[in-house]
Amino acid sequence: MLKHLISIHDYSREDILKTLEMAAAFEKRPNQPIFSKKVVASVFFEPSTRTRLSFETAANRLGARVIGFSETTNTSLTKGESLKDTIKMVSNYADLIVMRHPLDGSTRYASEVSSVPVINAGDGSNQHPTQTLLDLYSIIKTQGDLNNLKINVVGDLKYGRTVHSLLQAMSHFKPTFKFISPEELRLPQEYREYLSERGIRFSESKLLTDNINNADIIYMTRVQKERFSDPIEYERIKDVYTLNSSMLKECKPNMKILHPLPRVNEIAQDVDSSPHAYYFAQAQNGVFTRMAIIASLLGRENL
Amino acid sequence: MEKQLKVSAIKDGTVVDHIPPDQLFRVIDILGLINSMSQITFGTNLDSKRLGKKGIIKISNKFFEIDDINRIALIAPHAKINIIHDFEVVEKHVLSTPNRIKGIVKCMNPMCITNHQEVETLFTTIVESPQIKLLCHYCEKVTDKENLKIISNRH
Ligand SMILES: [Zn+2]
Repeated sequence: MLKHLISIHDYSREDILKTLEMAAAFEKRPNQPIFSKKVVASVFFEPSTRTRLSFETAANRLGARVIGFSETTNTSLTKGESLKDTIKMVSNYADLIVMRHPLDGSTRYASEVSSVPVINAGDGSNQHPTQTLLDLYSIIKTQGDLNNLKINVVGDLKYGRTVHSLLQAMSHFKPTFKFISPEELRLPQEYREYLSERGIRFSESKLLTDNINNADIIYMTRVQKERFSDPIEYERIKDVYTLNSSMLKECKPNMKILHPLPRVNEIAQDVDSSPHAYYFAQAQNGVFTRMAIIASLLGRENL
Repeated sequence: MEKQLKVSAIKDGTVVDHIPPDQLFRVIDILGLINSMSQITFGTNLDSKRLGKKGIIKISNKFFEIDDINRIALIAPHAKINIIHDFEVVEKHVLSTPNRIKGIVKCMNPMCITNHQEVETLFTTIVESPQIKLLCHYCEKVTDKENLKIISNRH
């Protein structure tokens, strides 16, 4: 039995598959108040309305009551009380803690001082494992299987933590990756080594439409202006990496486009009505996946 | 003979030899000798065939756990450890980088929790000395040799 979900490395292939199975069961019957006697604490040391609402919806659909706070700015970095003291206090009140924090490794530390399970809802630039599990749920739901898929990953491959966790989680399932990014945002060497060591096939490209007609999944990520030292370079790139509906004419019928949201302009609005667009459904899948994660950490093996 | 005059021999204890001179005081720090009650003699910038110049520390009546002494592998990988009984070397120990390193090293990631709150650092060694790559247990980032900073160890 796993006690916390801090990093995608904490979950084995079997743990991942079991969670996705449970998520599917919750999708069939989303209102299951099996934890009406439980209290879930949602502690957000930096704001993330999207993630917080998804978790709180999941907890409410499970019948749990939710307590917590959400900082409106990143001021907790400079505030007096130690993280340890805050977590000790909250773990006396609640049966499970969902935590987001701007510092890398903060949630791992919290899990070591907490007496109740901790779920990492994002620790700085490090991990966001529930996003990864909902990505995998979206993939298995649309493709029927996680094994042997062709996945194009596009955009900010350097700083995008969702990309790094996704490729680590998918490496259990023999994928073939195509990494598409501008030179500045290329996948770091440590991740290329990670894939090579595990015998995962991948290639790199700068061309958005490269191999697009063979892909089962196109995973788009946000390209942020602040990642570029040269603003002119950003202006050039932002249009080159915008996916539009005319590029999708010859795609495989099963191909789905994922995006962790919010998007800036990586996906043109005209893609939204395409049968390949899946990013809004993907966000909804987050609630079922988070229900499964909460349920398993509160001790439910099966439904 | 000349060496003996510079740093006198000990009867029983531990000798740490072949320390790079610029690491001598960090080795003293890492071994926690600052508050030690043992008799300690040390010398530095002594002539060495292998290093050119070297440092040496002799600690009377003190015998370290292997894991404790291995911690200096991070900064003095070629140091030689001799265990002395009755003025004789009875045991030699070659250093190896520990698999897990608790404390001692600072995480190079400025956004790591260990650099903002009172959290003891913890690393897994992924590449051993002399290259050295340490994976932070908390932020999951790698600290390499070029960025290795030793935390003072005064307790
Ligand atoms: Zn760290």
